[in-house]
Amino acid sequence: MRDGILSLRAKEPAHGYELRQRLMAALGPAGAALNPGQVYVTLSRLERAGLVEAKEVAQPNHPDKKVYELTASGRERVGQWLADVTWSKVAPVEFHLKLVAAAATHLADPVALVDAQRLELLRELRQLQELAQAEPPDSDGSLLLEGASLRLQADIHWLEACERRWVERETR
Amino acid sequence: MNQVIEARGLVRRYPAEGSPIRAVDGVDLTVEAGETVSVMGPSGCGKSTLLHLLGGLERPDAGELYLGGQRVDGLSETQWAVLRRGSVGFVFQAFHLVDELTAVENVELPVLLLGGSRRDARRRAMELLERLGVAERAGHLPDRLSGGERQRVAVARALINQPLVVLADEPTGNLDSRATGEILRLFAELREARQALLIVTHDARVASTAHRLLTMRDGAIVAQTRLGAGTSAAAVLASLADLGGEG
Repeated sequence: MRDGILSLRAKEPAHGYELRQRLMAALGPAGAALNPGQVYVTLSRLERAGLVEAKEVAQPNHPDKKVYELTASGRERVGQWLADVTWSKVAPVEFHLKLVAAAATHLADPVALVDAQRLELLRELRQLQELAQAEPPDSDGSLLLEGASLRLQADIHWLEACERRWVERETR
Repeated sequence: MNQVIEARGLVRRYPAEGSPIRAVDGVDLTVEAGETVSVMGPSGCGKSTLLHLLGGLERPDAGELYLGGQRVDGLSETQWAVLRRGSVGFVFQAFHLVDELTAVENVELPVLLLGGSRRDARRRAMELLERLGVAERAGHLPDRLSGGERQRVAVARALINQPLVVLADEPTGNLDSRATGEILRLFAELREARQALLIVTHDARVASTAHRLLTMRDGAIVAQTRLGAGTSAAAVLASLADLGGEG
């Protein structure tokens, strides 16, 4: 998120409110969950780290506004961030370990864990679909929702594989 | 009558070497008017067989089945054929349209089979095709239609006699993502119109839209859950953008 906020400033200097507007537009409905204070907190952190520079700009009939601009090292950081191919959450390791642990310790039934997890993911998927239907289809926000929905579907698909495996083991 | 389907202890066996396989093994199930129920489960769990039993395409070896309050498990093939025309709409993965008939003729067929007039059949078929957004394709043969269009025509055919319940078997199984989206919107409209719907599916997007989810394994329903409540949109969005993180 921090790098995202940094990068949204690469185009031109902006003040906090404008940045927040850009972020909200990019995230669509997910932007509504954004805490307004968060942008300002992040900005002062970025300033302390020397990645952005704040300037006071005089405005007629209004108090001065603070405009943030990328420094040279900020620009470099954005370049690195854009080129970085690290991908979040390749595998649902934690849930996998839950299943293995449940079977080993007999503290829970792995198949019941799979059922409960699938139900939770289906509920999330339902919410995402309802949100996606309310969005204009060509908005940036709807593209993010589609990504989230496809990932959830992949996870649910994997849960089916978990179900097959653990049912097989239980009946053995 | 509030329950459009009620099944008690439904059993369906298939002959096999040794002892017969119980494809459906003592299923109790109700579907209420206006309700969408989805059935999920691994391949071979008996979910398609269950759908066939509910629509009279196969007969149960044991158990009771009521459709709109009428007991139907003992009906003959002829009686079922008559009952199905008016009370049950089917939607299949492979569409099952008649290749030699145009889209609108396919949709009209169930009305004509029930003895309706050609004029009335055409009017209702065109109304439905209009509603489903495929009216301009009405005069085409099925092989000239895309997968999504064929499935919409199949849904129109399933709906035309205003059945008590629509039974759908993997309705999006052959469709791409866009056509699946169209069918999902269509099902959402059916829910709003309070059309009872039972959908057997592997597709999580389809299953998640139901009021109630049934999970089947080895011929039995092992879990029944309401899907409506639970996770809030705000929680989903917060986790989606990971906005609770360090910022």
